Amino acid sequence: MPDTAKVVDAKGQTCPMPVLMTAKGIKEIDSGQIMLVEATDNGARSDIPAWASQTGNEVVESEEADGVMKFYIRKK
Amino acid sequence: MSATEDNDTPESMTIIAWSGDLDKLWPTFILSSTGAASGMDVTVFFTFWGLFPLVKEDVRITGYDAMTKSLAGMNPPGFKKAKLSKLNMGGSGAWMMRKVADKNKLLPPEELFAMCQELGVNLWPCQMTMDLLGIKPEQMVEGLGEPVGAATALQKMSKSNINLFI
Repeated sequence: MPDTAKVVDAKGQTCPMPVLMTAKGIKEIDSGQIMLVEATDNGARSDIPAWASQTGNEVVESEEADGVMKFYIRKK
Repeated sequence: MSATEDNDTPESMTIIAWSGDLDKLWPTFILSSTGAASGMDVTVFFTFWGLFPLVKEDVRITGYDAMTKSLAGMNPPGFKKAKLSKLNMGGSGAWMMRKVADKNKLLPPEELFAMCQELGVNLWPCQMTMDLLGIKPEQMVEGLGEPVGAATALQKMSKSNINLFI
């Protein structure tokens, strides 16, 4: 599990909030740092990786347990 | 392919917001806020019925004659009174849709609209519609761009990768 500079708790939030919260959160960390995004919205499973691809940030690891998705995103 | 990897010019999306219906305002603002959050240059051009949600709720649009007044009466200003495109049932359909959205934590269009403003989405009212229906600039909500016409909208659309009419 990578070291994280920031955690975004988007659990219980519905589309488009997890992505908007992720975009807001990434502004608060430095390039190369890793941010953890936690979400429960089913759309986030594809939306967070799509957002990362669109913005050039990288999902370095993701996991899912007990209905909570975790995305570790390295800032470009 | 992400434009951000190749050059500094962000991808661009333009949405023509023609409908003022509640169930169409949702996709308009979900897509525009998400686009802006993804680094896109996003513009929403509000025209015809799409303009009414942007009129301040306490404004009584009187138009300039009986017909414009009557059209305004059929389209009350503000987001809160937006109707469903189908099964509105005198407003109870829209009310139920808002309840369901709230229960599922989907933000209402007015809050997504505020997100769009925060994210720097260009929000352009259509000058011609304003003139046609007798809506004055001071009757519109704050934070909009200058009213523009079809040529300006088309200029933006010609440079956009994604163009939608909602």
